[in-house]
Amino acid sequence: MIVVRDLSVRLDGHLIVDRVDLDVAEGEWVTIIGPNGAGKSTALRAVGGVLPFHGSVRLGGDPVERLPRRERAKIVATVMQSPVVPPGMHVLDYVLLGRTPFIPPLGRESASDLAAVDEVLAALDLADMSGRRLDTLSGGERQRVFLARALAQGPRILLLDEPTSALDIGHQQEVLDLVDRLRTERGLTVLATMHDLTIAGEYAERMVLLAGGRVVAAGTPAEVLTEELLAAHYRVRVRVIDGDHGPLVVPVRR
Amino acid sequence: MTPVGRTGTVRPRPAGLRPWWLVAGVLAVAVALVAGIAFGPVSLPPGSVAVELLNLIPGVRMDSGLTEREIAIVTELRLPRVVLGLLVGAMLALAGAAYQGVFRNPLADPHLLGVAAGAGLGVTAVIAGRASTSDVTANLPIGVPLAAFAGALIAVALTWVLGSAGGRARTPATLILAGVAVSAFLSAAQTFLLQRHVDAMREVYSWLLGRLGTAGWHDVLMVLPYAAVTGAIVLSRRRELDVLTVGDEEAASLGLHPQRSRYLLIVAASLATAAAVSVSGLIGFVGIIVPHTLRLLAGPSYRSILPLSVLFGAAFLALTDLLARTVAGQAEIPIGVVTAFLGAPFFVLVLRSTKAVAP
Repeated sequence: MIVVRDLSVRLDGHLIVDRVDLDVAEGEWVTIIGPNGAGKSTALRAVGGVLPFHGSVRLGGDPVERLPRRERAKIVATVMQSPVVPPGMHVLDYVLLGRTPFIPPLGRESASDLAAVDEVLAALDLADMSGRRLDTLSGGERQRVFLARALAQGPRILLLDEPTSALDIGHQQEVLDLVDRLRTERGLTVLATMHDLTIAGEYAERMVLLAGGRVVAAGTPAEVLTEELLAAHYRVRVRVIDGDHGPLVVPVRR
Repeated sequence: MTPVGRTGTVRPRPAGLRPWWLVAGVLAVAVALVAGIAFGPVSLPPGSVAVELLNLIPGVRMDSGLTEREIAIVTELRLPRVVLGLLVGAMLALAGAAYQGVFRNPLADPHLLGVAAGAGLGVTAVIAGRASTSDVTANLPIGVPLAAFAGALIAVALTWVLGSAGGRARTPATLILAGVAVSAFLSAAQTFLLQRHVDAMREVYSWLLGRLGTAGWHDVLMVLPYAAVTGAIVLSRRRELDVLTVGDEEAASLGLHPQRSRYLLIVAASLATAAAVSVSGLIGFVGIIVPHTLRLLAGPSYRSILPLSVLFGAAFLALTDLLARTVAGQAEIPIGVVTAFLGAPFFVLVLRSTKAVAP
């Protein structure tokens, strides 16, 4: 579903992502991990088509840069790390923004757009909140609304940039369980970036470890989350313990 | 029947122009039109004025009870002035709302990118030139409106070029900063010119403070094409402005060309402002106060703010003009003074009485 070959991205003259190869099969969940500044978010944005890059990114077979923007927006939806919360905007209107690629430039939302929004709101248990103002919701509620907006695009691919960084551990699990459920129900392909290694490993089927813009390890969580790899690239001492859903990474004081 | 959600609460509807707001806006314009024509040195019965306005529609013929002379006052003197006020008010309020959306800045006003300073310099140059060597330049083919229009557009173009200077990408922030620099420079040039031609000061100031005084059908016909074209462009982009509130990158991921939308809106709003300034001088406050009042009362969606700004901006300026020419007897107060005088306290009132403060 996602095929990335030789992806390089320069921002302001600096090479941030350096010849990255990445594959995500249809319906798979792949999480990119790596220390701060490794290029995780930049790689994700390039895959989403919102950054210029060198190399090739194919989504469902099509080169992302050749897809017309509106067509691209129907295939791939992104939840950014900290999305702008427009002041005063209601949940319903925010989720309806996800239907933008379906609404003709001079037209208005159709009944099917509203039906799609209703369906997503119900699926994410947000129906009762649709009349609330987004800027009055809690962090966990907002994250669900951001996800709802992305799902309203009816995408086949979901890109999640640090989807849980603003949440407490309870809400982290809630949101990721939700994503996993939607992935199964809707056959979504998920590519995410995450900081919390244990949680990342529990949900991803495969992981890619980036450091200095390059892929330094890729494979199952058990293959990537090893004490040696993490020590080398995060410069941290950790103990990795076997858990029910993947390795548990515990930092240990030096 | 109102659709009811699972919990029994009224199901919310998507933001957009609500019919009752549209009706209120049209009513406001109608009231401003009739009142603006009926009241003045010679007051006419508003009912008769309304009938006489209906008579302008082809095929309608009713007796208004007005004399020939009174009908002439309505159609030849007051109607063009009121219509000009409606057009200028609509353009300024719409341009202000568009700028606020494009720059995501609640303080953006139609004069943000140097329009006021450019127009001011253009007008000062023409008036000062005329005053100093009256025989040679008095009949220059360039009049005050054209000088204002040209000056405004040159200033915006300059801001545009400077906004990307140094090879950096043009962003809303660099454009606003370039606008500040261009305005400061052109204002200094204007002050310099005025200092050397003190005799022109009075005429320049009367223009700077805004007026609809010399309005005839000529002025109306001059701005009408700009109002129509820029109005259509800005209004057709109202949904895009709503999408732009989530930021450029997200707007791009939703299928928009944020830069393209933004530039088109800036060009249209600047053109509308330049056209308005060229016939009315510098009228402040309309472009900030009208959109913000509507934002507070009718919600933050540009799908309602933009069309309502057209209607209420028009009505506001036409009514302000009525006050400007009636409250002080024969002496007319500059309309820019009245807009600020009325607008500022009214805005404070709205700000204090609404809980939902959205920039």
